[in-house]
Amino acid sequence: MEIPYTVEPRPDSGLANGKLGIWLFLASEVMLFGALFSTYILLRVGAAEWPHGELSIKLGAINTVILICSSVTMVMSWASLKLNNFSKGRLYLLITIVLAAVFLVNKYFEYADHFARGEGPWHNTFLAIYFTLTGLHGLHIIGGIVVMAYLLGPGAGLWKRNPEQYTNRIEYTGLYWHFVDLVWIFLFPVLYLL
Amino acid sequence: MDKVETGTAHGHEHAHGHAHHEELGFWRKYVFSVDHKVIGIQYAVTGLLFLLFGFCLMMLMRFQLAYPGSPIPLIGGLFGPDKAPGGIMLPEFYNQLGAMHGTIMVFLGVVPLAVGGFGNFVMPLQIGAPDMAFPKLNMMSYWVYFCGGVVMLVSFFLPGGAANSGWTSYPPLSVIATIGQTAWLTGMVFLITSSLLGSVNFIVTIVQLRAKGLSYMRLPFFVWAQFVTSFLLLLAFPPLEAAGVLQLMDRLAGTSFFMPSGLVVSGRPLTVAGGGNPLLWQHLFWFLAHPEVYVLILPAMGIVSEVIANNTRKPLWGYRALVYSIIFLGFMSFIVWAHHMFMTGMGTNISAFFQVTTMIISIPSVVILTALLLSLWGASIRFTTPMLFALAFLPMFGIGGLTGLPLGLAPSDIHLHDTYYVIGHFHYVVAPGTIFALFAGVYYWFPKASGRKMNDTLGKIHFWGSFICINLVFMPMFIQGLGGMNRRMYDGGMQYAHNAGLLKWNVVIGFAAWGLGLFQLPFIVNFFSSIKWGAVVDRNPWEATTLEWSAPSPPGHGNFLTEPVVYRGPYEYSVPGAASDFTPQFEPKGA
Repeated sequence: MEIPYTVEPRPDSGLANGKLGIWLFLASEVMLFGALFSTYILLRVGAAEWPHGELSIKLGAINTVILICSSVTMVMSWASLKLNNFSKGRLYLLITIVLAAVFLVNKYFEYADHFARGEGPWHNTFLAIYFTLTGLHGLHIIGGIVVMAYLLGPGAGLWKRNPEQYTNRIEYTGLYWHFVDLVWIFLFPVLYLL
Repeated sequence: MDKVETGTAHGHEHAHGHAHHEELGFWRKYVFSVDHKVIGIQYAVTGLLFLLFGFCLMMLMRFQLAYPGSPIPLIGGLFGPDKAPGGIMLPEFYNQLGAMHGTIMVFLGVVPLAVGGFGNFVMPLQIGAPDMAFPKLNMMSYWVYFCGGVVMLVSFFLPGGAANSGWTSYPPLSVIATIGQTAWLTGMVFLITSSLLGSVNFIVTIVQLRAKGLSYMRLPFFVWAQFVTSFLLLLAFPPLEAAGVLQLMDRLAGTSFFMPSGLVVSGRPLTVAGGGNPLLWQHLFWFLAHPEVYVLILPAMGIVSEVIANNTRKPLWGYRALVYSIIFLGFMSFIVWAHHMFMTGMGTNISAFFQVTTMIISIPSVVILTALLLSLWGASIRFTTPMLFALAFLPMFGIGGLTGLPLGLAPSDIHLHDTYYVIGHFHYVVAPGTIFALFAGVYYWFPKASGRKMNDTLGKIHFWGSFICINLVFMPMFIQGLGGMNRRMYDGGMQYAHNAGLLKWNVVIGFAAWGLGLFQLPFIVNFFSSIKWGAVVDRNPWEATTLEWSAPSPPGHGNFLTEPVVYRGPYEYSVPGAASDFTPQFEPKGA
């Protein structure tokens, strides 16, 4: 038994199953982060005073650049595969993973700095929402790394059997990765700058 | 799971004639199966068991309310000294039962049965698909749900027992509650994840895997109901997941998302940073939980439509109106949530907005109910067991819906809020409404799942007994609620003078509830005995028109023997000039 449209798009919807699936998943993610951003707004509007300058804008800006670069390399990986260049596609995927890891290391230094001062999420509502939002975002980064590592390692065998399906998987991972990037692009000004 | 086995063994036609069919071992075939039919049956059986369990919790509570302070007979000694010393229920235990009854019925019983069970089993068959779009994801949804259920059940054995802050888990109470609340939140994260995976799968399947010729306006109404429901699950559950994460942070990391400054508990100020907002939880919770109400009711409407069209031998009245109404209903359900919060002091402008949207959302509900009612007009109805349940759904849902109107208007809600009137209202929608529709679905699709019909006599005993008892349970609650009886008192509120004349109803409700329990026995017996001894049926025992009846009963792996093609709309019953009183969707033109 074969499930139709796992690789090729269905003519009337113009989508393969996985692509529609990942877009729907991202829609639910928008609602998840939307709820947390709403929480941020509500807490901030209701607060008597809101802390400023608690976070290192420099580290945050560096991380923003890193994530944007990783989005670019992700697209490059997919484009290389589309051009049938598997080794180049793998290289760009590897760079994406490295950039994601560098992001997490940076984040670790930021977290460690707060905990060293004894200021965890319990300290005030600003740090509470900061740790929740960035923590959840960090989990999404880790999830992305796991999927990309799978596609780089054990999942790469699919390229030989069905290159189109493998390329599609890279594309869907890329869509997710851009979303994770986009969330950070909202998080950076909201938490670091405003 | 068992019935697929017996069904296939005794089935007179099976799909093993398929080009290739690899034999799977027992575990892959019945336990970790990726076949939507097996997963659907797993969901349905688990859901039915949780419904029974949740109902048992309620029967215990009903004893406490009918005879406050008396030891529970027979089983009272089983609960131990920290829940019911000497068999007498402690208030803390009553609160656990209340919170878990709601949680289990909604998240572990009705939704898994209505969406996971019927959606999984019937929907791919009705659209002519070989399986769901992502079969492995489908299996994962079930097992994640199963884990969530286990976490919820185990929480009863934690120190301090299960969650006891109501199924709504309002902070600050829930944040300072016993560890059972942490288990509740963990279980909810599992259940939400399961629903999300499931809803993605459902939507992709309906968009991508419809058979040739099955355009959107030829979809059976049940598929439309599942489609809209999936969008509600997809978009409404994530905010609750966010809220759950925030409450876990409050409980475990000491944050103050929901904890206001200066909170004093038992005479001592809490050592939290403060600055949070308990209303935030209510907004996030009801942003899910109101669409959730429609998640409970829409699949039920879908099932009832299928059963009514089949047993009236007429097309559904106003198919297009039904479809547009259900889409509008789904959309509106996202902007009515704060009508649960009129008493929180949100301000009259916000209340006015939500009153207006609440009145608007009643319009598509009435359109759907009216269309189903008009479908009966002039029909020569077959009073089969599923039809009886479907017919009962109409007035029961009607009562539930109409009694909701006073709750949707702030002035009357101020009087009725948190009374038994509210309990009566939403139970009329969900219990004799949705659950009756689910029973209709079980009787209606049982032959498809097992190849055998359920017994009609037992079915009718089940129906009439349940119908009478369930009304005796919920109708008196309107009287109690209008009299001002509060819904959360573990002894019914004996100390209040205004309850004096109302408490006697608790005895009536108690006996009706236990009677309702007794009348489920014919169903249980019928369900299991029909798997083995029910009358063997052909592929289309109800002479129905939709695609699932073109597959063998039970359908084999891959569902259809030949690729299904659809030639017409879903409900072509009694077409003038046709050879029989039903013209199936899969019958070629001019055949």
